[in-house]
Amino acid sequence: MNEFLQFDNITFENKKHSISELKSISLEIRRDIIKMLALAKSGHSGGPLGLADFMAALFFDNYMKYDSSNPNLPSRDRFVLSAGHLVPVLYSILARAGYFPIQELSTLRKYGSRLQGHPGLDTELPGIETSSGSLGQGISIAVGMAMSDKLISKNSRKVFSLTGDGELQEGTVWEAAMCASNYKLNNLCWIIDNNDCQIDGRVKDVMSIYPIDEKFKAFGFNTIEIDGHNFEEIRTALNFFEENSKSSSKPTAIILKTFMGMGVSFMKDKYQWHGNPPSIEQAEQALKELI
Amino acid sequence: MKEYLKLQDKKTTREGFGEGLAELGEKYSNVVVLGGDITGSVMTSIFRDKFPDRFFSIGIAEQNATTIAVGMALSGKIPFFSSYSAFAAFRNADQLRVSVCYNNANVKIGGGHSGLTVGPDGATHQSLEEIALLRALPNMTLIVPCDYNETKKATIAVGEMIGPAYIRFGRPKVALFTTEDTPFEIGKAEIFRDGDDVAIIACGSMVWVALEAAKHLYNDHNINARVINNHTIKPIDSLTIETAARECKCIVTAEEHQINGGLGSAVAEVVVKSYPVPMEFIGVNDTFGTSGEPEELLEKFDLTWQNIYNNCLKVIKRK
Repeated sequence: MNEFLQFDNITFENKKHSISELKSISLEIRRDIIKMLALAKSGHSGGPLGLADFMAALFFDNYMKYDSSNPNLPSRDRFVLSAGHLVPVLYSILARAGYFPIQELSTLRKYGSRLQGHPGLDTELPGIETSSGSLGQGISIAVGMAMSDKLISKNSRKVFSLTGDGELQEGTVWEAAMCASNYKLNNLCWIIDNNDCQIDGRVKDVMSIYPIDEKFKAFGFNTIEIDGHNFEEIRTALNFFEENSKSSSKPTAIILKTFMGMGVSFMKDKYQWHGNPPSIEQAEQALKELI
Repeated sequence: MKEYLKLQDKKTTREGFGEGLAELGEKYSNVVVLGGDITGSVMTSIFRDKFPDRFFSIGIAEQNATTIAVGMALSGKIPFFSSYSAFAAFRNADQLRVSVCYNNANVKIGGGHSGLTVGPDGATHQSLEEIALLRALPNMTLIVPCDYNETKKATIAVGEMIGPAYIRFGRPKVALFTTEDTPFEIGKAEIFRDGDDVAIIACGSMVWVALEAAKHLYNDHNINARVINNHTIKPIDSLTIETAARECKCIVTAEEHQINGGLGSAVAEVVVKSYPVPMEFIGVNDTFGTSGEPEELLEKFDLTWQNIYNNCLKVIKRK
């Protein structure tokens, strides 16, 4: 294996970090994504790179409650990746949080790996809350979890779930939105990754789902739209949800304005990188930029 | 006919589902029910009225209800979602495949108003294909009980097993002929009538019709038909089917469902592999239903004891 495709063994703690620390965490995650995809020779590069900043803050800036040494801790908050194809960013996060050995990242999409192309609960990979990959289903599962927590178990757990923007074209997404609002699921934080890219092109050209914030408002959500690469704004948004979960009866939608492929010059904002891995040469080039 | 069978009355299978569910609710505090607007029709209303805190209306959104059930199952609850089979197996087929079955989530689906006997509502509501769909899904358990008592037992049994399960039941009153004492175990087909001349393997409402056919075969021709209530389509009871093939040497299957991919296909898969014998298939033959009274429709589509009887005579000649 090329030396530059090897993974170091640094893990991160879930505590208040400085913004420069968060930036170096998200850089590490971006490097993981490039290495994993180059080694896998297939998979989705662009979306995961665009989410590295938000995910770093969510998992490593003391917003979510979890214990990687006890993945099934009954009181943990849950993260449901509805856009299952973005899973490389989650695998990196989970490995760096200590859920499983970092070196396992090199097995992405390979035969016998727990790191399936789309997350599979059957692999029993610690930290994965559900299988996902058929778009629109994960968010509805998250709604079911939030209902279970709030209305049946009556606990204070939170559920975070991430959908893509193209995913909002799936009709069931709006069934989930309707239900979240109907049952006043203020324990649900719905994150929309709005990079305006999907396989066939710009989301607005394939099938416009805009305006996103007004749609969620109309469905009864507290909404906030932020720069998904600005840690100050990410913190504001996560604090906004935290506050809503105490004082509002509405679920929260965070609309992340992101760039697909963020951090790598030749990938940035190019929808062609939705579902492609970098070649070894492109990976080497990308990793030179991610320092 | 076995001594634990006795024709008592006519009663709907959906009452068995509704009452079984309420009994489960009594027994287990983590049983929850999701409604899809037709709670009175599928009788989840009994549970709702008894346990309003554990009943959640999801509206006319079967896909969402199915995945919400998954979220609840992944949170330690035992969720039941019920709608008409037309919407509880097909509208949400992708959710059943990826979120329920691939997750091996402990979700239970009650598919009501199944088959032709939903009657006047017509073809859109007469689901005749879901056995084919559901039995292809890994991890799925699929049960088609034969009457009120068995539906109640099956409902309680799926609540007590772990993993995805689907119970298929119907709308009209049908013969109530099993009793409290009739054995029921998931995955174990029951021989309701002994015989070695021909085996009739049936599920759902066709089990009683098969017993009727067997009675006439004996009275008219001294033919002893073995009638098997194959309530669990998946996992199928290969042993009982193989034994029937070996001992009776010919088989007729009967179901209120398409012949393509249904119970008959499931039986044939076992038979051709273990002990090939001639078979005939009673079911709907690659066509949609139509409006009409249940009895009229069963006659039009040849789901009658006379047709089972004739096919038994035919298949015996092929031995």
